[in-house]
Amino acid sequence: MTRKSILFFGILATFLIAMFGMTILPKLFVDEHVKAPEYFTPFEITEGHRIFVREGCIYCHSKQVRPEGFGADVERGWGRGSEATDYRNLLPHNLGTMRTGPDLANIGARQPSADWHYLNLFQPRALNEQSIMPAYPWLFEVVPVDARPGRSGIQLPPEFQIEGKKVLPRDEARYLVTYLLSLDQQITGVD
Amino acid sequence: MEKEKNESEGYRVAELDRQAKYVVLVLVLSGVFWLLFGTLLALVASLKMHAPDWLSQSSWLTFGRVRPLHLNTVVYGWASMTGAGVALWMLSRLLKTPIFLRGYIMVAAMVWNLALAVGSIQILAGYSRGIEWLEFPTPVMVVIVLCVVVMSISVIMMLVARKVKHLYVSVWYILAAFIWFPLLGIVSSLPIFDTPTVQAGMNWWYAHNALGLWFTPVGLAAAYYFIPKVLGRPIYSYGLSLIGFWGLALFYNWNGFHHLIGGPVPTWFVTISISASVMMVIPVVVVAVNHHMTVVGSFSAIKYSPTLRFVVFAAMSYTFVSLQGSMQALRSVNEIIHFTHFVVAHAHIGLYAFVTMMLFGACYYILPRVLLREWHSKPLIKLHFWLTASGIILYVAALQYIGFFQGLAMNDPDVPFTETVTMTMPYLVARSASGVLMAAGHLIFAWLVFKMAFSPAEEVDTPALWEKIRKEFAV
Repeated sequence: MTRKSILFFGILATFLIAMFGMTILPKLFVDEHVKAPEYFTPFEITEGHRIFVREGCIYCHSKQVRPEGFGADVERGWGRGSEATDYRNLLPHNLGTMRTGPDLANIGARQPSADWHYLNLFQPRALNEQSIMPAYPWLFEVVPVDARPGRSGIQLPPEFQIEGKKVLPRDEARYLVTYLLSLDQQITGVD
Repeated sequence: MEKEKNESEGYRVAELDRQAKYVVLVLVLSGVFWLLFGTLLALVASLKMHAPDWLSQSSWLTFGRVRPLHLNTVVYGWASMTGAGVALWMLSRLLKTPIFLRGYIMVAAMVWNLALAVGSIQILAGYSRGIEWLEFPTPVMVVIVLCVVVMSISVIMMLVARKVKHLYVSVWYILAAFIWFPLLGIVSSLPIFDTPTVQAGMNWWYAHNALGLWFTPVGLAAAYYFIPKVLGRPIYSYGLSLIGFWGLALFYNWNGFHHLIGGPVPTWFVTISISASVMMVIPVVVVAVNHHMTVVGSFSAIKYSPTLRFVVFAAMSYTFVSLQGSMQALRSVNEIIHFTHFVVAHAHIGLYAFVTMMLFGACYYILPRVLLREWHSKPLIKLHFWLTASGIILYVAALQYIGFFQGLAMNDPDVPFTETVTMTMPYLVARSASGVLMAAGHLIFAWLVFKMAFSPAEEVDTPALWEKIRKEFAV
């Protein structure tokens, strides 16, 4: 090849055509359907989503249930197949690509107990000793038992209890759990 | 007369290398630094997979921050900076033109390093953008892209001022890479992808193309340059080179959505990407045949040339990873391996066994020529090759074997989910062991580069590694 102009425009054309097809076209097709639902997204959920992103949950948990007949997501009880309209318009997206841990698209319906989530975030091995999920102790504070009267602390199994202390979720843990509990695909259009 | 011409030719090449010296050196040394840092992060992340309570008190060192930073430092630090240095050097040689804007490129490299440092702190502190392959906050990404744009301008200026008429195949790939990557970076930074599923589409369009339109062209340019160069024989077929290049440009661009098979996006988008992924077989096989037919008959040369050994390993990995990728895009295969360690290993064949090994090979050829010094130790180069090669082979074998069974188990609703985790444990330990092998290889490489770049000059009259090959192949 000796003509740089052909090379240059070929390189540009192949890129731009595909860019249009893979970024602009989906936007034109999908956006109008997804933008329509008016979600009420309280502060706790947007903050929880931010913390979900900050701690990199997405590197082990997908947030997309594959449709029935493709994989065993539905049979596992993870909920029905996810639709584009299931996602609140919170960015960045959390579809994920890895399932070192289970899918979370429907976790609010599957595990509706906030206490379970607090325990799992503070020490996953307290719930399942074979879990390899990281612990997130910075989302909690460890205080003397008699501090903050009226707050009882999370229910730790005996071997994880700290003598004379109790573990209280910080605001960040509460936001994160609120977000997780909001992930519920049982009703179409609200996640 | 003939001898005189050859001598002036040799003088001109030496002059080009002398002018390229500092640009290449700054980019390669920066790359090696980020390689070591990225390797450390990889080891931490890998150990945490089977020792989850290790270093778990600090939010800065949690898996979900260390793992994305590993990707970002090796991708935008090691592979991009070293790749840019290697590409600029090859272009200078191929166009018989000195690298343009050398001062600006050096400044850009420094700014690039600074951006990487800032971005690294941001990810560890929890300010990740949260999109895979684009975790650096947008301003950091924009700065990195602008640094590449400086080099892109230099590439175009060199092309305009070139002293040769014919554009060799490596030039096509390098020009394409330096046009495609800035465009990718800019489009992915635009704030127009404001709904989750559309952003996911952009995410995988970008991430797949970062490999396919930035690292792959630079890697293939190096394969097309170094294989004929080391063996002293021309590339087998010009026609095949053309099909390989334009095939890649046509099909690779459309591959990204195969990361969303089964996901909440319209099926026909995904189908387009599956078709394009399968079409990639054409340029891949064509390039493989072209390289194989060039090397065939001289395979024993890989025993004597460290460059050729790394480059041939990398070129074979490219064929393997690409054909595997086409297979993985099929719905029936994807149903099993999606969301498993199989894909993690696949990505490492691409970025490590192909791109990183190619860059190692290129560095072994380029650095002695720009620094006019010989490598410090022949056995250490061999050790570097065997540590990294066996490391990545162990990595891939362990994770792809168990990834496949992990996928089967995940698709069997009677298997409890925890079992899909426990079954992988021995293989995750094997992954850490393979990481130690590769890390040892990187330390050797870094030491060799450091020693060559900073020790006082030694007088070299004959290259240490080439006597044998010259005798046997009469190059």
